[in-house]
Amino acid sequence: MIRYLARRAGHGAVMLLGVSILLFVLLQAAPGDFIADLKLNSQISAETLAGLRAEYGLDQPMPVRYWKWVESSAKGDFGYSFAYNTPASTLLWPRARNTLLLTVPAVLISWLIALPLGVLIAGNKSHWMDRIFSGGTSTLLALPDVLVALLALLIALKTGLFPVGGMTSASLDQQSTWQWLRDVSWHMVLPVAALVLGLLAMILRHVRSSVREVLDSSYMRAAEGHGLPRLKLLFRYALPAAANPLISLFGLSVAVLLSVSLLIEVVMGWPGIGPMLLEAILSRDLFVVIGAVLLSTAFLIAGNLLADILLYVCDPRIRMQS
Amino acid sequence: MNFLKPRAESRHSDPSPAKKAGSGFQGKPFRLAWALWFLVAIHVVVLLAGFIAPYSFDTQDRLYPYAPPTHLHFVDCQGKFHLRPFVYVTKLAGDNLTEYTQDCSQTARMEFFLRGDGYTLLGAFHSNLHLFGVEAPASMFLLGTDGFGRDQLSRLLYGGQVSLFAGFIAAALSVLAGLLLGAIAGMYGGRVDDVAMRFAEIFITVPWFYLLIAVRAFLPLQISPITAFLLVISVIGIVGWGRPARLVRGVILSARERNFVLAARGFGASNAYLLRRHLMPLTFRVLLTQMTVLIPQFILAEVIVSFLGLGIGEPFPSWGNMLASAQQYHVLVSYWWMLLPGLAPVPVFLAYHSLAEKLQERIKSHI
Repeated sequence: MIRYLARRAGHGAVMLLGVSILLFVLLQAAPGDFIADLKLNSQISAETLAGLRAEYGLDQPMPVRYWKWVESSAKGDFGYSFAYNTPASTLLWPRARNTLLLTVPAVLISWLIALPLGVLIAGNKSHWMDRIFSGGTSTLLALPDVLVALLALLIALKTGLFPVGGMTSASLDQQSTWQWLRDVSWHMVLPVAALVLGLLAMILRHVRSSVREVLDSSYMRAAEGHGLPRLKLLFRYALPAAANPLISLFGLSVAVLLSVSLLIEVVMGWPGIGPMLLEAILSRDLFVVIGAVLLSTAFLIAGNLLADILLYVCDPRIRMQS
Repeated sequence: MNFLKPRAESRHSDPSPAKKAGSGFQGKPFRLAWALWFLVAIHVVVLLAGFIAPYSFDTQDRLYPYAPPTHLHFVDCQGKFHLRPFVYVTKLAGDNLTEYTQDCSQTARMEFFLRGDGYTLLGAFHSNLHLFGVEAPASMFLLGTDGFGRDQLSRLLYGGQVSLFAGFIAAALSVLAGLLLGAIAGMYGGRVDDVAMRFAEIFITVPWFYLLIAVRAFLPLQISPITAFLLVISVIGIVGWGRPARLVRGVILSARERNFVLAARGFGASNAYLLRRHLMPLTFRVLLTQMTVLIPQFILAEVIVSFLGLGIGEPFPSWGNMLASAQQYHVLVSYWWMLLPGLAPVPVFLAYHSLAEKLQERIKSHI
């Protein structure tokens, strides 16, 4: 178990290293930097600019800069934000927490809905059910995430039931933890719902198709022939047999979710990684950009690692291999 | 490799999917054709935007900001029926720039093939002939106008040129890059394979939208619209090559050991010849399917990148930057037609998804 996990984690670490190198190479190829934008301000002299450039290490060659960044990452700083004059990590951590606050419930809720629903739909072999299912999921899949986000915002504006954007109400500055929790979860409802909507169709389809495949197998027919109760057949025997590809999908669903989440955060004004990434891009705050992309990659790798652990627990074949 | 596995397993354990696909074959060509014809039609319409759209994409009418969709009438105020539809001249009511009234006394018949704004068709033919429209004092905004009084329908058509073809070209680019690198990796194996696939894995691992935006971040922000278009396409195309490369590698890896390939090698065929004549043609089916999967994804990518203000800029419309103004609360609440650019991709996506599904079924039934 430990060795298996260590290997997967090592793989993830190598991945992160590769991504960071890739980003640095791209950075090198990019024209202009944060200092170049300062140049437009005539009050800042050329000497000051050169001084700043040297201070930030922007005048040094790429490998040196990369090494410096690795050093600062090892200290937990992840480089320096030019725009905010702080280590990038102080900007990244709170944003990462907020993004997780959206994505973790969204993943859990969509799986909690999709798993039983998908299994039940797979068990129902009526023609009409199939029609409705494929029509419904295709429509959901075809809805652009931008539209979903805007519609969620529209609902908030029209009904007034939900807060419009943001994570906390400004008026409630001094409050107990309980009030804060209630306020934040109230703000979470719409963004999480939009995320679930973006994810649900994909998971439902996979659950249904892999359970359906198992149901078609001879051993399930035999079990059916022996007169096992329908629900027991579906959830006790079909679902575990179909679990393997679904658990791998769990890791993938995290990736899809992160991409959708970026958009929802921007549209709904949720202070997560997404809006910060966008702002950092516009101000050419490069270490923050790198940090944000790496963070999202780290979330993804963590999701995959979780899927690996689940797979290890659920699938005896993998335990045998390692 | 991961998603090739289940397919291979199902082939060994259960021959029934192939049989099923075979038995239901009669219905299929028609269904495939439906999606295909729809896509062809919409691309042609969008290409002919200059002719079909009643106005140019940048024709502003500052007297009509956020004008609601113009109604086509058949029956006039006196209750008389007209065979040819007509519109009333619309005027702003009051000074608040939000309410419009129809002037019953002034009508304009809908004209076909009338002269209007000049345009260039397919980059070659100059013309000012429009399929339909109304004469000057009246105006016909079938899907309303935006904040600058620009016709939303015309902009949707022109924007389709950008969004649809951005997706298409970017997907072609991705698939081509994937074909090249995947073929080399599968053919030469060993160290080359390792490096190429690790590299592909990086592109697949990173949440691709973050990567897309980050890559865009490192390119200049202020650029001309044409450059922006090419830039967005190439960035999307480059970021997406990992998956097709994996697929191609898988196909080549298994085909490399097949008898006819071994025979050709025995006759002294070079690696390059084998790839060109025997192996790459085998990947065609997989890549075609991959195209239909990637195109809608990449259309959406362009829409989102432009929506966030990092793609195609004003005055050129894309479905993404048209949607950007709907982020303002008053626009979102008051003017529903500003959400139409978000709805426009839905039928296109449906058609592509159905096409992809059919192609995948076909591949399965062939195996």
